[in-house]
Amino acid sequence: MDDVLILGDMKEGSLDTRTLELVGVGRRLAKERGGDLCVLILGDAPGGGAAEAASYGPAKVYSVAHPLLKGFQPEFWLKALEQVCAQVKPGVFLMSHSYKGMELGPRLACRLGARLTTDCIDLAVDPQDGLLLRTKPVSGGNAISVFKCPGEPQMATVRGKVFEPAAAGEAKGEIVEIAVELDASMARVASLEVVKEEVVALDKADVVVAGGAGLGEEDGFEALEDLRKALSKSFGNVMIGCSRVAVDKGWISSDHQVGLTGTMISPDIYVAVGISGAIQHLVGMVHSKKIIAINTDAGCNMFKVADYGVVEDFEKIIPALVEKLEEL
Amino acid sequence: MKEMRIIVCAKQIPDPEAPLSDVRVDAANKEVIVDAPQVISPFDENALEAALRITEDLGGTITVLSLGKKVSDTVLRKALAAGADELILLQDDAFDKLDSYSVAQALADAIRKIGDYDLILTGRQAGDWDSGQVGLLLGEILGIPSVSLAREISVEDGSVVVKKSTPEGYERVKAALPALVTVSNEVGELRYISRTRMLKMLKGAGSIPSWGAQDLGTAPDALKKMSIVELSSPPDMRRDCQFLEGATPDEVAGKLAAVFKSLQ
Repeated sequence: MDDVLILGDMKEGSLDTRTLELVGVGRRLAKERGGDLCVLILGDAPGGGAAEAASYGPAKVYSVAHPLLKGFQPEFWLKALEQVCAQVKPGVFLMSHSYKGMELGPRLACRLGARLTTDCIDLAVDPQDGLLLRTKPVSGGNAISVFKCPGEPQMATVRGKVFEPAAAGEAKGEIVEIAVELDASMARVASLEVVKEEVVALDKADVVVAGGAGLGEEDGFEALEDLRKALSKSFGNVMIGCSRVAVDKGWISSDHQVGLTGTMISPDIYVAVGISGAIQHLVGMVHSKKIIAINTDAGCNMFKVADYGVVEDFEKIIPALVEKLEEL
Repeated sequence: MKEMRIIVCAKQIPDPEAPLSDVRVDAANKEVIVDAPQVISPFDENALEAALRITEDLGGTITVLSLGKKVSDTVLRKALAAGADELILLQDDAFDKLDSYSVAQALADAIRKIGDYDLILTGRQAGDWDSGQVGLLLGEILGIPSVSLAREISVEDGSVVVKKSTPEGYERVKAALPALVTVSNEVGELRYISRTRMLKMLKGAGSIPSWGAQDLGTAPDALKKMSIVELSSPPDMRRDCQFLEGATPDEVAGKLAAVFKSLQ
């Protein structure tokens, strides 16, 4: 089969932007393969999402409804996906490199006897053999690799904000309901509690003031908080970020983490305080419009990607800066 | 309750903290060359720390497995110095540049050879290829329950209870042992190891077991190499940094404040 199937995802009752990005790239791949684009929506009540997906003009939207698909218990989702793939036999299967995609991708690939490439930033069809060319940053972003594997389905998870979201199509896709057989005994991992925390949406920040190992201890974030408040008088949405090491040390919660395994951001201004600039961190913030680095080590990586640099102890500079900002 | 037998899978990689200047792409041979010391992949260190805390509470043993073409026991002995009981190196030419599935397959063969285990811990992803697949594939191949992105792990009455990170907060889940858990950095960094302890472990301990594909019963033909069509350098990230200087911190702060003003 030449169908390109994408796993759709819902967020607050409507299709997640990442799904629309997948629709965009999926449509191109389907054309290159000479096949159709199809979208798959799973859930306890997927009807609204399926109708919305249909308006983007895929050939078909597969809608899978089951009470056990409420929320996200990976084992039920995997069983459902296995059953759908057995029926639909997609040639290419794409998912977002999101929380769900990261969990489902490798496990589903294993069950289908396929090879997956994760976190792709580009996809194309090799005209010679029809296989998917999967482009992915490796070595923390120090190199870009193009992978290719035989077998079906051709599977990839796709990084967010890389492809343009699709615009609504002229023709509506056909909605096809698929029944799956699931029962509660299929889950070997039981959910005990789902807890919503107040998380920092770093990708919505205009300015990020971030701290790393160079702060020396947890108290260093108090100085950053003073700077955040001072900047908030002149800039909208100023948030606190951090490097991985600050989370490892337990100084701050992981929703503040910037980088490959944290949040990828591109604010107007990024202020890196005591962050040396491990490549995994740089990948997450290097698209910031202006980068200001404060560090005692003049040779550190962060200065190589910064627009403005201050080689000085943050304990001396930040309080003085807060004072000066108040005067402006 | 019986003592826990924990297996931690740890990968040796070039230090991901290496400066940009130490990294070079060899496009012809499709290799990333990093002129930096080898270290244990950071998330795998978090996994080891989680294992150490569990055995401190409940007793038990920790076996660390590391797979590659050439694994250095000098690098991996850090795991012993930190408190692991046993280190097994899985090394063979056949283990060079494997795809994620084949790595998981060889690890699964090694774990079957070890036989008795309660819990397998891996890092959520390795710091070189960043694929994030091996742990979950290993759970699938072994046919045991898997939980990913753990920020806290405890063992209670024959089950593992995991606080796993979600985009909105966390979910507490429970699975019967044996199970596999992939560990994220919120678990905390690997404990401090004194230089004396590290040196003692490097000099003192006996030879480290090393198993090849044949020892695992893994047919080399069953292992597939990563198929890389092309490897290239990323677009240059460098910018021309303007350093702000002054006689006093106050003067520098004044210049920095002016920069913010200009960006308003």
